[in-house]
Amino acid sequence: MQELKENNVLQPAMPASWNEDTKAHKFCPGCGHGIILKCLGEAIDELGIKGKMVFGCDIGCSLLAWDFFNVDTVQTHHGRTTPVITGMKRANPDIIGVAYMGDGGGYAIGSQHLFNAAVRGEKITIILCNNCNYGMTGGQMAPTTLPGMKTETTPYGRDVEQAGYPTKGPEMVAAVAPEGAYVARGTIANPRQLKGFIKKALQNQIDGNGISFVECLSSCPTNWRTNAKQTWEFVEKDMAQFFKVGELRTPQPKEG
Amino acid sequence: MADVSLKGEQRVFMTGNEVCAWAAVAAKADIMYGYPITPQNEIMHYWTRLAPKYGKRFLQTEDEISAGFTTLGGVISGRKAFTATAGPGNVLMQESAGMAEMMRLPIVYIIQQRGGPSTATVIYAQQETTLTTFGGNGEGHRIVYSTATHQELFDYTIKAFNAAWTYRFPTFVLGDGYQAKMREPLTIYDPEEKGIKLVKPEPLLGNTEKPDRQIQHLRNTYNTEDELYEVVMKNQRDWDKMAEEIVEWDAKGCEDAEAIIVTHGIVSRAALTAYDQLRAQGKKVGYFRPITVRPFPGKQLKDAIKGAKKLLVAESAYGQLVKLVQHEIFGSTIEIVPMLRPGVGITTEEILEEYNKL
Ligand SMILES: Cc1ncc(C[n+]2csc(CCOP(=O)(O)OP(=O)(O)O)c2C)c(N)n1
Ligand code: SF4
Repeated sequence: MQELKENNVLQPAMPASWNEDTKAHKFCPGCGHGIILKCLGEAIDELGIKGKMVFGCDIGCSLLAWDFFNVDTVQTHHGRTTPVITGMKRANPDIIGVAYMGDGGGYAIGSQHLFNAAVRGEKITIILCNNCNYGMTGGQMAPTTLPGMKTETTPYGRDVEQAGYPTKGPEMVAAVAPEGAYVARGTIANPRQLKGFIKKALQNQIDGNGISFVECLSSCPTNWRTNAKQTWEFVEKDMAQFFKVGELRTPQPKEG
Repeated sequence: MADVSLKGEQRVFMTGNEVCAWAAVAAKADIMYGYPITPQNEIMHYWTRLAPKYGKRFLQTEDEISAGFTTLGGVISGRKAFTATAGPGNVLMQESAGMAEMMRLPIVYIIQQRGGPSTATVIYAQQETTLTTFGGNGEGHRIVYSTATHQELFDYTIKAFNAAWTYRFPTFVLGDGYQAKMREPLTIYDPEEKGIKLVKPEPLLGNTEKPDRQIQHLRNTYNTEDELYEVVMKNQRDWDKMAEEIVEWDAKGCEDAEAIIVTHGIVSRAALTAYDQLRAQGKKVGYFRPITVRPFPGKQLKDAIKGAKKLLVAESAYGQLVKLVQHEIFGSTIEIVPMLRPGVGITTEEILEEYNKL
């Protein structure tokens, strides 16, 4: 709900689960992380699960969210957010655990954790920000860098002969997870839909079905060196062409 | 596995790995996360056999990095969680130990040392002393108990959980392949029946019983040098204070000794027998053994060696204990005679032989 504060300035609606002391957030202007986290915050509000939440974030720009929410948070090592949240959930199945990471954290250094958590159907929610590069370390190639895309370590563009093709994470998780999984790919270009995916991913955990995984196509104008128009073009056209947005798995309806 | 219970005191005949599993049950550990590596595998085998009977849980992870971090997750959820490993697995687990040092997480690791470096042998060594005491990119804010007997494996595993949850530093039980695999008699017991208070775990995050709790943010990344300085210095102060309270050692005959045999872990059993035999022959020999290799009983060692001329330091590694000793007695002019046998066991006879050459 938008409301007029004392000085008659229209305040944008903030999720109640946000930690207002740490806003405005620390991401670069135009960064997609903020939009994804806002969707997550609203989903937490709407599901009323703040008291049960544990939010885990990785190394990479996601670490800037270590005090982003007014919920219990653990910020861990690069790639290890999935096992930390897995360990918490296994030890206390009542928590709602979210592991939040970048494409580097999820698909490179932490890929074996993601793969195995998916295979085991860990009852946690993983939200992964795909911005086609390593943001925090200054724009190197990531598992998700598009063919031909220039980064600091692919200055002439990603050569797929040499570096392979971009990782399609949701497709991988959807292929290996047992029944009960929820897998989707959203985009910051469609926050309403993205929030819906995240909400379903949380609901799937609440229902105790299986693993929930949402990849979010996101922007990194700082490292892409793009202006506003180019940034949106890249997210909406280039990324969406390679990474198809939509739901890949939904939990089977329970019988009986 | 032995069909015993923890009611009253029971005399049992077990392998060290079985002892560790029983000790974890006795310490009221809730959950183990693990990844197979020899020679610690049977800790998981026995734990998974005991687990359903005692309402305990287990997760076999995809590797030791994951075992370390899932165990940290278990600890953060407020459960007595532990893991066990050896050799290259110990190398991988050091990443989680670093986070435990930074965030003060009471994780318990059982290490059954094997040969090194790299994959080496799956049998025995003391080559993980340096790794276990100082294995991270920090100051080594941890507790390491080096056990020598099966009784100690039992006693110190229980103690490790208590120390970890009292002081909130990562805590290691440093055994080895011989201890893991051999069978010997010991007494197992319910610590609470013996009046040993078990420290209660509590959730650090996600206390779902208290939805209105004060929100906590745990992190291991800091923005400024000064911020980090404050955190590490506080940990150092806490560690120093804790060190005085928990340091343990064993010393015999050092008061009038001319030469003192210094060993840790299972080698100290050979040293103790050598000491007894030499004393029976009227030799002025001393025996000193750090039980906590971190914190190291440095003050105690310095006191012990005051009148002596030589230290015979024996270890199944190439100078890892020697380095600790040198550091702790810095300034002393006593002669150190090293007896270094990386990857192989040391017998009483071999220690006697070296002693007779002094
Ligand atoms: C073990 C380890 N290796 C490397 C790093 C350096 N590092 C920090 S952030 C990062 C990349 C993060 O990229 P991504 O996960 O895609 O997240 P983003 O910053 O793009 O949001 C790397 C490699 C590290 N912190 N730890
Ligand atoms: S570097 Fe990129 S991903 Fe990181 S905060 Fe800036 S815009 Fe966002």
